[in-house]
Amino acid sequence: MIARQLSILVSGVLFGAGLTLGGMTDPARVRGFLNLFGEWDPTLAFVMGGAVLVMAVAWWFQSRLIQPLFAEGFSLPARRDLTPKLIGGSALFGIGWGVAGLCPGPGIAALVIEPVSAAIFVVAMIAGMFLTSLVERSV
Amino acid sequence: MTFPGFPDATPLAGLGGGVLIGLAATIMLLGVGRIAGVSGIAARATGISKSSLPLSSAWLFLIGLPLGALVVVAISGPVNASFANPAFLAIAGLVVGIGTRLGSGCTSGHGVCGMSRLSPRSLVATATFMATGIATVAVMNAAGLKVLQ
Repeated sequence: MIARQLSILVSGVLFGAGLTLGGMTDPARVRGFLNLFGEWDPTLAFVMGGAVLVMAVAWWFQSRLIQPLFAEGFSLPARRDLTPKLIGGSALFGIGWGVAGLCPGPGIAALVIEPVSAAIFVVAMIAGMFLTSLVERSV
Repeated sequence: MTFPGFPDATPLAGLGGGVLIGLAATIMLLGVGRIAGVSGIAARATGISKSSLPLSSAWLFLIGLPLGALVVVAISGPVNASFANPAFLAIAGLVVGIGTRLGSGCTSGHGVCGMSRLSPRSLVATATFMATGIATVAVMNAAGLKVLQ
């Protein structure tokens, strides 16, 4: 239990450090990456590439493990269906990402970099999540 | 180190940051058996989604994110950050919250964890949010909308 909780905290710290080092907590850099038709900044391609490469190795090990090191079993997404909800939701997310140059991880990490701005984004994001679950429950 | 043709790019810091993110997601996967998807974990921490991830674990991960940012600032000094004005931040946050719930993930869950697993849902989700993100910035630039302060 302690090993599991500790590894989750370490994962969060490494994640936040990686986002900050990679420049993802700077909306100007993120929007620079999305500005493909203007003065494009390729930095985030290196962030994504580095993370995906390391994780590809991790998946290789995962396929050879019966269970994770500090938990009783794997709890991983198994769906493979492409739905309008998946695509529509992702499209909306991309629009929000483009408007302010923030996605959820950097928004939360930036709470210690630019507290007021990051808090506005994070509170609005939680509100959006809450609204979505309200609507989904009522239909 | 700079990248030829792109004076503002910081490829080494980007790659280093990416490797750290990959290691973080690796610890989550091989240590705990889960996806390091920030939007899902945030929804879990706030009680919006029900999952088998204990609440305390969700909060530990989320608290780690700003702690990690502090570590980088402590080692390398203040980092650049220019944010949008409050109105744009609020609108963007709302849309990101709705989109990530409907789309079952964000840049971390789909972009890093799902793409590296070649999950068809994550490949489609990532291509979609990249495309609309690029389109959004292009449209706003064409309209002369200066967002960042």
